[in-house]
Amino acid sequence: MSTQAAIPVIQRGSLALTLRRLGRDPAIIAALVFIVLVVLFALSAPWISALTGHSAIEQYRDTGLSEMGLPVAPNAEFLFGTDHLGRDVLVRLAYGAQVSLTVGVLAAVVAALIGITVGMVAGYFGGWVDTVLSRAMDLVMSVPFLLCALALVSVFGPSLSLSIGVIVFFSWTTMGRVIRGQMMSLRRQEFVEASRSLGAGPLSIMFIDILPNLSVPIIVYTTMMIPGSIVFEATLSFLGMGIVPPAPSWGGMLADAAGNSLYLVASWLVLIPGLALLFTTLAFNILGDGLRDALDPRGRPVRRKPK
Amino acid sequence: MAVLEARHLSVDIPTEDGVIHAVRDVSFALEAGELFGIAGESGSGKSVLTQAILGLLPNAIVTGDVLFEGRNLLGLKPAELQSIRGSRIGMIFQDPMSSLHPYYTVGSQITEMIHAHEKVEKTVARRRAIDLLARVGISEADRRFDSFPHQFSGGMRQRVMIAMALILNPPLVIADEPTTALDVTVQAQIVALLDEMRRERGTTVVMITHDLGLLSSIADHVMVMYAGRRMELGPSSALFAAPAHPYTAGLLASSPANYEAGAELVPIPGRPPSLLDTPKGCVFAPRCASALPRCTTEAPPLRVFSDGLQSLCWLEGPPADAAASVAGIAKAPAADEIVVKVEGVRLTYGGGSLFNPGAGFEVLKGIDLELHRGETLGLVGESGCGKSTFARVLAGLIPMTHGKVSLLGRDLGSLDGRAWQAMRREVQLVFQNPFGALNPRRRVGAIIGDPYRIHSLASGTERKREVQRLMELVGLNPEHYNRFPAEFSGGQRQRIGIARALALNPSLIIYDEPVSALDVSIQAQVLNLMRSLQRDLDLTYLFISHDLAVVRHVCDRIAVMQAGQIVELADAETLYRAPQHPYTRTLLAASVTTPPRHPAAGRTLVSSNVVEVA
Repeated sequence: MSTQAAIPVIQRGSLALTLRRLGRDPAIIAALVFIVLVVLFALSAPWISALTGHSAIEQYRDTGLSEMGLPVAPNAEFLFGTDHLGRDVLVRLAYGAQVSLTVGVLAAVVAALIGITVGMVAGYFGGWVDTVLSRAMDLVMSVPFLLCALALVSVFGPSLSLSIGVIVFFSWTTMGRVIRGQMMSLRRQEFVEASRSLGAGPLSIMFIDILPNLSVPIIVYTTMMIPGSIVFEATLSFLGMGIVPPAPSWGGMLADAAGNSLYLVASWLVLIPGLALLFTTLAFNILGDGLRDALDPRGRPVRRKPK
Repeated sequence: MAVLEARHLSVDIPTEDGVIHAVRDVSFALEAGELFGIAGESGSGKSVLTQAILGLLPNAIVTGDVLFEGRNLLGLKPAELQSIRGSRIGMIFQDPMSSLHPYYTVGSQITEMIHAHEKVEKTVARRRAIDLLARVGISEADRRFDSFPHQFSGGMRQRVMIAMALILNPPLVIADEPTTALDVTVQAQIVALLDEMRRERGTTVVMITHDLGLLSSIADHVMVMYAGRRMELGPSSALFAAPAHPYTAGLLASSPANYEAGAELVPIPGRPPSLLDTPKGCVFAPRCASALPRCTTEAPPLRVFSDGLQSLCWLEGPPADAAASVAGIAKAPAADEIVVKVEGVRLTYGGGSLFNPGAGFEVLKGIDLELHRGETLGLVGESGCGKSTFARVLAGLIPMTHGKVSLLGRDLGSLDGRAWQAMRREVQLVFQNPFGALNPRRRVGAIIGDPYRIHSLASGTERKREVQRLMELVGLNPEHYNRFPAEFSGGQRQRIGIARALALNPSLIIYDEPVSALDVSIQAQVLNLMRSLQRDLDLTYLFISHDLAVVRHVCDRIAVMQAGQIVELADAETLYRAPQHPYTRTLLAASVTTPPRHPAAGRTLVSSNVVEVA
């Protein structure tokens, strides 16, 4: 016992503490590493294309298709094999990652911004403002999103910006509800009352006093909305309503594999984009969970080491 | 024979910052039927001590021995401890609001205790619970048996908690701050009830509290803890009349009740130490007024005195009585200028309002007040009497229903938006909770600079200079400009709140229970600061509190508030010497203060051993 007396006392800052907590869980580290790798993979798509000498949309009928006209399995020239038109799956996967990440991050950020704004206004002002905005959120949440998305796309024709728009429209409500709830409890805190008694107006209170206190739910829920958007985009593309072929996307690649039951002879066409989608969403979800635990100011008790 | 005996008990709690040495080498023994008080400020380890004894700290490393009914509690299996908790050792917690389950009836929560430990018929258990509820002063107990906790007041809930703790007739009951959340008048009833029950049933009671006045009135033996160590232990009468340890003496000297009104308090300087680090010498040495050179380097010995006091200190004689040597400082009389005039202020909450869902509830029933420049007016009342609401009405946070408030001769009701905004500068609030009133995500410099930002008065380096001047004024280190509130202690945070209130040079500062969340020694520091600021800056204060000793100490005049009305308004001393209204008399009678100190006659040092602190 007395040997502990000399241990210096370290008061850790919140950033250091967060990083320490994140670093304690190997799953979070693995998720973070995986996300970094996917981002690098997407960014290096042009180099991959240059290195292999294959473009994402060109069809290599001579080398990329067997004599029967079937896709070739992974080999030295096509590392991840080819698809039914003889296109390089590796290159398409890399460009598809660009689409997935762009749509995922962009849609999540835009949806988060809308959700934060609506949630803050509803939560701060309360009363009829809250009633109107909350009912609007309920309304959006009760719309059958896939049906509505398909209808919109078939009216306006599929495009990247429309997919993002549709995803944003159907995913901001989660953030809106969370922020509204937080706002309602924060606005009754004494520090808000203190600001009001100093003569601060609603905008000043919302942005200078309350917004910094919402940073944790904003970070966590935005992170967790990214995988949702990625899956949403893949779903739309799978149904042929997202990214316009021949531009590659993970959902589109899966759709190609499903067409003509091609996966029966070329399982890599399902496995490669499928696993990429699975692990990317999983990694973002694990990271979001980890962030929520690490940013929790209460923290978790340190377990006593078993003797 | 001792009912409960702790020997060299230490509790270590591992956290992310390191191991907290919450309790260090504490020994004590309880005689059957006595009321044993454990006193200390927050963080002194008094609650952790009892939780560790009961096995309620699964993560903690507990060493030493705790003997109860011939068994060492620390060596028992969780299941054995569970059967002891409740049946052999009862617990009463601080907050009766959260210690009762809101979804079960009061009666079923009591009978659950019986069924958990004994095999009895439902009707028998119900009979027993109703009998006991009646005994603890719940009227119509058989009808109230089926009520839910929210249908009870705070005091009634604490009575239910006492009934729950006593239902299995345990030989030992541990009460952790049983009256801290209650009003003074209710507190007196609860303490009387506890005392009555233990005499009737021969129960031994351990009472944990920070309130020395309360302990002095009922405890047989008292243990004073500081930073996890047992500083002093002994019979209540000897300990309060002539404490042997400078810390106990300092605590008593910090309480405004032990002073002439208007005197400068003698607080214990500094703040409690970090429990992560164990100093070589005495933990209290850095704050001790009687510290000797050896105190910081050598662990203090255990001094045992002839009148039963035991003190962990190098001092052999009694510590200096700091309180006795201080004379009152004359304050300039209040000027005739009227700062605030309140006439017939009424506030009625309609249905569905934010603060009170009840329909048409009248909170303020016509308040008339005048405040003169340079004076402190105390507003005293129990919780729910409307005193905090009145403060918010005055600060313009809640619109009043009827009445007129004029500030510096101008009617607040007649102001337009812009003028109203400007008037915000004249009235400032200092809040009760130093933890909630400061934005946890903003830096202290930004928080104190807020008034300048909101009223666009100073910016950039000028604002920073102003903020640092204010920090200096309230006794904060201006270099801590960039820190977050969480890095400050409770007392320092209250200083930040005061600095922010001072920024715009307001005509009136409203203090809403400014020291009730602080420990006594820190409370004295803040009260002194408020007084010196008033003297230097000629400030006008409205001081809201439930603590009569504090109010008497700082206020020139006192208004007593009951159920939304001011029932008595008089000079502080007049009110204390000759209270007119029966409610004022009840309040005064309910507040307990420590007995006056007198030198310990015939106390001699019996033994002195240097104890090896493990």
